[in-house]
Amino acid sequence: MRVALFVTCVNDTLYPHTGQAVVRLLERLGVEVGFPQAQSCCGQPQFNTGYRHETEPLVRRFDTAFQEYEYVVTPSGSCAAMVRDNYPRIGARAAAEGRGQALAEAAARSVPKTYELTEFLVDVLGVTDVGAYFPHSVTYHPTCHGLRMLGLRDRPRRLLEQVKGLELRELPGAEECCGFGGTFAVKNPAVSAAMGADKVRDIVGTGAEAVCTVDNSCLMHIGGTLAKLGCTVRPVHIAEILAATEEEPYA
Amino acid sequence: MSGTYLGMPAFPKAAQDAVRNETLRGNLRHATHTIRDKRAKAVAELADWDRLRTAGKDIKDRTLRHLDRYLLQLEEAVTAAGGTVHWAADAEEANRIVTYLVKAAGGSDSEQREVVKVKSMATQEIGLNVALEAEGIAAYETDLAELIVQLGEDRPSHILVPAIHRNRGEIRDIFEEKMGSWGRPAPAGLTDNPAELAEAARVHLREKFLRAKVGVSGANFMVAETGTLVVVESEGNGRMCLTLPETLISVVGIEKVVPTWQDLEVFLQTLPRSSTAERMNPYTSMWTGTTDGDGPQTFHLVLLDNGRTDTLADEVGRQALRCIRCSACLNVCPVYERAGGHAYGSVYPGPIGAILSPQLRGTGSEVDASLPYASSLCGACYDVCPVAIDIPEVLVHLRERVVEGGEVTRNGERVTIKPAKGHAVERAAMRAARWALDHPGALRAGQRLASRTRRIHPKRLPGPGRAWSDTRTLPEMPAESFRDWWQRTRGGAQ
Ligand code: SF4
Repeated sequence: MRVALFVTCVNDTLYPHTGQAVVRLLERLGVEVGFPQAQSCCGQPQFNTGYRHETEPLVRRFDTAFQEYEYVVTPSGSCAAMVRDNYPRIGARAAAEGRGQALAEAAARSVPKTYELTEFLVDVLGVTDVGAYFPHSVTYHPTCHGLRMLGLRDRPRRLLEQVKGLELRELPGAEECCGFGGTFAVKNPAVSAAMGADKVRDIVGTGAEAVCTVDNSCLMHIGGTLAKLGCTVRPVHIAEILAATEEEPYA
Repeated sequence: MSGTYLGMPAFPKAAQDAVRNETLRGNLRHATHTIRDKRAKAVAELADWDRLRTAGKDIKDRTLRHLDRYLLQLEEAVTAAGGTVHWAADAEEANRIVTYLVKAAGGSDSEQREVVKVKSMATQEIGLNVALEAEGIAAYETDLAELIVQLGEDRPSHILVPAIHRNRGEIRDIFEEKMGSWGRPAPAGLTDNPAELAEAARVHLREKFLRAKVGVSGANFMVAETGTLVVVESEGNGRMCLTLPETLISVVGIEKVVPTWQDLEVFLQTLPRSSTAERMNPYTSMWTGTTDGDGPQTFHLVLLDNGRTDTLADEVGRQALRCIRCSACLNVCPVYERAGGHAYGSVYPGPIGAILSPQLRGTGSEVDASLPYASSLCGACYDVCPVAIDIPEVLVHLRERVVEGGEVTRNGERVTIKPAKGHAVERAAMRAARWALDHPGALRAGQRLASRTRRIHPKRLPGPGRAWSDTRTLPEMPAESFRDWWQRTRGGAQ
């Protein structure tokens, strides 16, 4: 099985620990992981802001960067959703604009092999107990794109429930958006901040030591809001929890 | 649309004021959460909900594809049943037609210079009340929430519950202060008890129902095969307006047509559950032209385009015309909940408003150009929509129109529009980002530079980024990017 890590530009630049955790986790489960250096950004920020044309080279790049691989695994619900939901749209629109089928074909090759991390673990590897150890109370926030676009449903929870030492705390209003929304946070700062503050209030209310998601971009917003409000709850990507073991605990 | 919305500020500005209003946020939070939970229960009762949703979507799509044919069929059926059909290309024409019809119905009798109204989005959209007032005709809103808005000289903030931004205490004050100048005053010692408030409204409205000679309505559906119009409501006030006056004038958007009664059946299941969380709404009024000795003896149907044909021309955007105005998308929207309906600068607030207004009115004004961005793209609206409108997809599509311009249909003509103002810097940044992201070597150089200088990064961002750092701490730049870590630890291995 040839598996590539699509680390995403946000993780590459700001959260390398998450990428390292995915590598550690997958290798522990016997998966050989590759990291093609030609990879870049999925194009979601551009696409969602209205710059579809600026996204097109990134669709092509994704296709060529990963062409050698059977599976592309990414620790980001929204980047996986970008590939699965929007790449075909971008391809279809380019074709409709009379620019040929190449982009649509690139999208068609990328979609079936791209998996968000928890999907890959549960659906492809067929595991929920990954042998992880995380002796803390954790609350799980299902990010919107993971929840609604990818339909991750209870996969992340099933994985978390098997983690030794982890106590899962219910998050009230879990399915409500945290208010990040990419450029939304900058274009509508007041509403975004109000949504973030409400989310953080619910998170703090659980009394959990850590809040976990499948996406570092939402976590950056949630964590940034927590820090600004002086809360000590720690934002942790699910990959880092699943990668932690008794021998190599979460740092 | 209504002139009252001209010159609205862009969404972020209006929303900021709303976010700061604690009372408003409290009212909205309470109301939207109550109804969204109830809706979820009502929908969960139906095992075939997903199939009803797909059926609703398919029926609307099929109808919209052959809209011309169904509208002509409808016109023929309405005419055969004794009604008269008028076609209005825009708000101005629709208002002119209705004003003329009201005057014609009333003759010189001043008592007849007034109309009673059934709650209607279409007449709000065209600003009918203002147009009638300019001609000396008083239009009385008879829906309870619409009455509250009218008495309070306010604007509606929700499709179904236009006064959702008001709480009981505020409503009591409005009734006490304003009812007297519109007709029967509120009873002395009125409290904020809901039953008392409803009774005060009932007594106030009753004399208007009994006196008015002309009723004005919209319609939820029009059945092409028989020419039947359908209004669903909860209060029964609509039924009064639809049956008591001698003349009935209905202003209805052309997208409200459904081909057959069998098609209607689907929506009569999905609409009440989605909007009021009821299995069936209390009042469903249906009428076909006129009937001798029963109900209005004169019936006019004004078919309203007002940007709908232009919207239909857009392959991605046209799905907005499937909307049955249930308001489920408003009730689950985290942005609507905090920004309130007024910030959307239109009678159509919330997620549906954010995709409908910039299509019906174009993206020319400040508020219309900002609406496609009034969403975090969380997708909750799409999930609940009973006709499966992919609102996030349309939002992103309209964002492209705002930043890139391009070909659109306006008044039936293909025209090329320029990008909206204020996106030049962003556009340049996006182009630069594309270049860097498509050249991973350059990207890596940038990451290294940022890592090396991370100790001196400011804690607050300048310019538009300030909005981010004002309420959130910035993440710290790691010493080494993932890419470099991989290179260092795995060397040349792929
Ligand atoms: S867009 Fe869908 S959910 Fe929103 S009001 Fe229209 S039909 Fe209802």
